[in-house]
Amino acid sequence: MIDDFLVRAIVGGVLLACICGPFGAFIVWRRMAFFGDMLAHSALLGVALGLLIGVDVRLGMIATCLASALILAFGQRQSKIGSDTVLGMLAHSTLALGMVALAFVQGVAVDIMAYLFGDILAITMGDIWLMLGGGVVAIGGLIWMWRPLLALTVSPEIAAAESIPVERLRLIFMLLMALVIGLAIKIVGVLLITALLIVPAASARFFAKTPEQMAIGAALFGAASVLTGIALSWHVDTPAGPSIVISAAGLFVISSIVMMGLRRR
Amino acid sequence: MTAPLIEGRGLTLSFGSERVLDQVSLSIRAGEIITLIGPNGAGKSTLVKTLLGLQKPDSGEVIRKPGLRVGYVPQKLAIDQVLPLTVKRFLTLTRSATRNHCEKVLTQVGASHVIDAQMSSLSGGEAQRVMLARTLLLRPELLVLDEPTQGVDVSGQAELYRLIDEIRHELDCAVLMISHDLHLVMAKTDQVVCFNRHVCCSGIPETVRQHPEYRSLFGVREADAIGIYTHEHDHEHDLSGHVVGGCGHDHSHDHHNHNHGHNHGHGHSHAPHNHADAPIRQEADTAK
Repeated sequence: MIDDFLVRAIVGGVLLACICGPFGAFIVWRRMAFFGDMLAHSALLGVALGLLIGVDVRLGMIATCLASALILAFGQRQSKIGSDTVLGMLAHSTLALGMVALAFVQGVAVDIMAYLFGDILAITMGDIWLMLGGGVVAIGGLIWMWRPLLALTVSPEIAAAESIPVERLRLIFMLLMALVIGLAIKIVGVLLITALLIVPAASARFFAKTPEQMAIGAALFGAASVLTGIALSWHVDTPAGPSIVISAAGLFVISSIVMMGLRRR
Repeated sequence: MTAPLIEGRGLTLSFGSERVLDQVSLSIRAGEIITLIGPNGAGKSTLVKTLLGLQKPDSGEVIRKPGLRVGYVPQKLAIDQVLPLTVKRFLTLTRSATRNHCEKVLTQVGASHVIDAQMSSLSGGEAQRVMLARTLLLRPELLVLDEPTQGVDVSGQAELYRLIDEIRHELDCAVLMISHDLHLVMAKTDQVVCFNRHVCCSGIPETVRQHPEYRSLFGVREADAIGIYTHEHDHEHDLSGHVVGGCGHDHSHDHHNHNHGHNHGHGHSHAPHNHADAPIRQEADTAK
């Protein structure tokens, strides 16, 4: 007999992994892992704000991610400090700020660990509907701008020459990425979300010949990681979020070994 | 006269305190071939990026004919290993085409064997051919080439220029080309624009081509095209390299060096100041 919460965890987890796959591929190609990390870290502030002003915490997280993306998109122009330094500073400052703000939320017992490392086994039907709705927007948007976004990733100059609205696409991609991260925090948490995005994409790289193959491969690797992680958590009673990330990392190691074996032949 | 395909008016741009473009105006009309030459760091690529709309100028405006199709071939397309991309997929990056059509244009540029290869595995010459093949699929009205033969050995360069010329005739398009090695391209050029952060001078290359000294310098390593060109136009400068009329200010030391180099044949001794000799070293590297 499989418990309902387990079914919900599997459905929600696999759904999110499939959404994360193509986004993860773009994050790897566009070298935006640090940017994703920053968005995720800021989400904790969203939790605190949600609780303080009485808004749904999930919406608070998504809103904070979107706001951070907007601030970064328009605030990244100065050059005295490298953009990785700016991102690193913001990531940890907002995380710290989130933790401090949560300490001020009175009367509510907040399970910080659930936000930091995910709480996939506590997924509700409401979560699944939110993921489904958000996922349709995110994946629909990505499919809609797939070709120009890929052109822009290959060469911004070529894209611009061919009248692709480079700046607008960059911004839309950042916002969709923020949405995906806001949704996925439930699965593996603020601290591990970047891994769920980039590790399956990295594994898929070994086997892909085209960008599309890598994006779909990343979704498959992500789904496999979620299933393996949940199984691990179920049988060995490990924390689910970290188990999923360990599974993803394990699949990456196996993929690279398989690939080395294939090359040698 | 018809309206230009792209026109830049009074483009000015600074990076920090450094002024990269200073009141640059340039227009390209249908069918016209313009070659932009200038030393390294003159802002040639920046100018092209600004004209393409990728870089916003601090002031000035770019007017682009509505619906203009532009084909762009960069200096070097560094496709990252992390992005799996076959040549076939690259050709259809912004516009679909059948495999047959892709094969046809690749054959035209002599690169049909790489259709299923990964872009990141191509040699410099192959990558440039693939990019030219892509412009054949796009059928642009304006072809923009940013030093299209960088990283290609000398014999490959001549072959690439021959291909570019062939493609231009087939597409019947305007061409904006950035080049160091003027000697290979100027025979086909309508107008040469000498550029160093602003338009220094521009004109027809005919006289340069017929000049005996130019012919004797052909193939001589120290002779860089920009130097030849400047030498040819030194009627606009006085003997010490200072500019007389037209343009004339901070960049005069460049002209000075070039004049020096060609008049006395020891241009290399000015290497630290003479930015233009950098590509020669690169050529030597790729020849190994």
